[in-house]
Amino acid sequence: MMSFVVVAILVIILGFIAVRGIGVISWEFLTTAPKEGMTKGGIFPAILGTGCLVIGSMVFAFPVGILSGIYIHEYLMENWWKKFLRMMTNNLAGIPSIVFGLFGMALFVNYLKFGDSILAGSLTLGILTLPVVIRLTEEALKSVPDGLRLGSYALGASKIQTIQKVVLPVAFPNILTGLILSIGRVSGETAPILFTVAAYFLPRLPESISDQVMALPYHLYVLATSGTNMEETRPMAYGTALVLVSIVLIINLSASLLRRQIQKKTKMH
Amino acid sequence: MTKARRIYEKIVTGILFSSSTITSFTVILIVVFLFREGIGLFNSTPTEKNYVIAVSRQNTIPIITSNELADIFNQDITNWKQLGGSNDSIIRLTLNDLSGIFTEEELGPNLEYFPQKLNEYVKTTPGIILYLSKEYIPKNFAGRIIPVKKITLLDFTFGKHWYPTSAPIPQFGIWPMIVGTLMVTFGAILFALPFGMATAIFMSEIAGSRLRNIMKPVVELLAGIPSVVYGFFGLVVLVPLIQRLFGLDVGETVLAGSIVLGIMALPTMVTVAEDALHATPKSLREASLALGASELQTLVRVVIPYAKSGISTAVILGTGRAIGETMAVLMVTGNSTHVNYSFLQPTRTIPATIAAELGDTSFGGVHYNALFALAIVLFLFTIIINLSVEVIKNRNKGFNQPR
Repeated sequence: MMSFVVVAILVIILGFIAVRGIGVISWEFLTTAPKEGMTKGGIFPAILGTGCLVIGSMVFAFPVGILSGIYIHEYLMENWWKKFLRMMTNNLAGIPSIVFGLFGMALFVNYLKFGDSILAGSLTLGILTLPVVIRLTEEALKSVPDGLRLGSYALGASKIQTIQKVVLPVAFPNILTGLILSIGRVSGETAPILFTVAAYFLPRLPESISDQVMALPYHLYVLATSGTNMEETRPMAYGTALVLVSIVLIINLSASLLRRQIQKKTKMH
Repeated sequence: MTKARRIYEKIVTGILFSSSTITSFTVILIVVFLFREGIGLFNSTPTEKNYVIAVSRQNTIPIITSNELADIFNQDITNWKQLGGSNDSIIRLTLNDLSGIFTEEELGPNLEYFPQKLNEYVKTTPGIILYLSKEYIPKNFAGRIIPVKKITLLDFTFGKHWYPTSAPIPQFGIWPMIVGTLMVTFGAILFALPFGMATAIFMSEIAGSRLRNIMKPVVELLAGIPSVVYGFFGLVVLVPLIQRLFGLDVGETVLAGSIVLGIMALPTMVTVAEDALHATPKSLREASLALGASELQTLVRVVIPYAKSGISTAVILGTGRAIGETMAVLMVTGNSTHVNYSFLQPTRTIPATIAAELGDTSFGGVHYNALFALAIVLFLFTIIINLSVEVIKNRNKGFNQPR
């Protein structure tokens, strides 16, 4: 019985936000900037800002994460170095997001003098998702049967040829699933962007990667806690929460649909 | 293989290798930067830059601590005798008190004559303590600038007062935050443990594959909801509920934080514990059933003991998730920095403190350093958690090997 509580919690949270937020959502809400002390208007700059951050962090995290996953899984034997790399990856995954925020502020914003910018925020978020990307890549590579690799070697292919032509194409759908999941994670993070990029209120759109942007999660936080007129910003907060949750859920659902698709395919073989 | 091919492969391998070191490099970089900024706290005196604390020449006290200073300026200490000095009552002097002591003419325009007057005043007032900007201290100063003791690790860890911006002397005691963090986390685990375990057991032992296929995505979706949304939900639903239920003045309490964090820790716990239960070999179950044990007996006596280490990993990972969570806790626990041991009072956790205050600090200031030092504490908590997971995993390896 108790386990149904878990389902109930999800239904209550999502239902609550959906019911309260759905009335606020309109074309105008999604496409215009906030107005009049954030009591009117929309959240377009925040949506766009989150988009920028997701793209920016992925540009960094995807190549590094995938390459790193390939190296750890395909090249290393079970030795101390692999254990060490694993441990470091796990440690990085366990570091609280606010510490990433501090680190991003100290390194990118202050030390490297990027200032509060999309660049600093994206790099911080990229580092945050790196362990997720690495782990999911490893999982994907693990699911590639060893027979395929050996077969490729037997045909005289080199290690890199095997990885390029055999392992990666087979593992690709699974890697893709992992990447989609990590996008979902990035779009909801607040703490790392607090001090690296997020703007409290910035109705204009960013022009370069050294601009600040608004972001959906931070915008929700601002609306929920520090509005001057709580009564009137509440509906905006519900609307923002609904948009944020929908984006994250759509991303996660598409990842699990993709996974199910892959599982079906592999069963047929 | 052609030569070009070989060089190409070398380069690719090199790129792969260097990518794999980036995570380790980042962890090291994080440690370096946290310590670089955080350690500054213990090398600096807590007073603002360019400000000095001075006393009369007759005063025999060699050095003063920041806690004593805070007590003096809060008027909790009123006589130098209390600090082991001579029997003079303490007379405080800051820039705000000037008008009570000197007239405007005496001070002159732009406080021109003030240093002069100050000298005369200090000479005749043995009980004086002053906190002033260096520019007002005359060259032939009649008093004595007293050094302020640097903040020690002990003061920092067990200090009960966190007033990072109070003048003349800020106080950086993180005990309230440590207590707050531990209480909220403990509450969260207390909340999540029964539900999490029940769900994990249900999913792996009782539910059929169809129900399981429904439950799994539900748990994953729960994990996917951004923390700020949990915080928002807690703020608009849970906080008023708790306020009404217990008849409190404010609903933002440790309890609210615990429940929200508990919900957030659930998915981690369920997933890991379920995997552990699922990994119990079929032969063990069948053997137990064959010996005439019921399903429940098998579960309690065979499956759970076998999965014990996996279950403890689940609890620890859940703790890790809860301890570092920032936004949700910041929104529902009420941001009080007083030491509090009750579940129905507001508190503030370490991450929430960093998130709430870092925006107002100046780069390189004492407060900035203090928040980094706070982050080191948090970092140490999580490292301990990660290491204990590794230890449990390794111990388990030996245990599970076929005999």
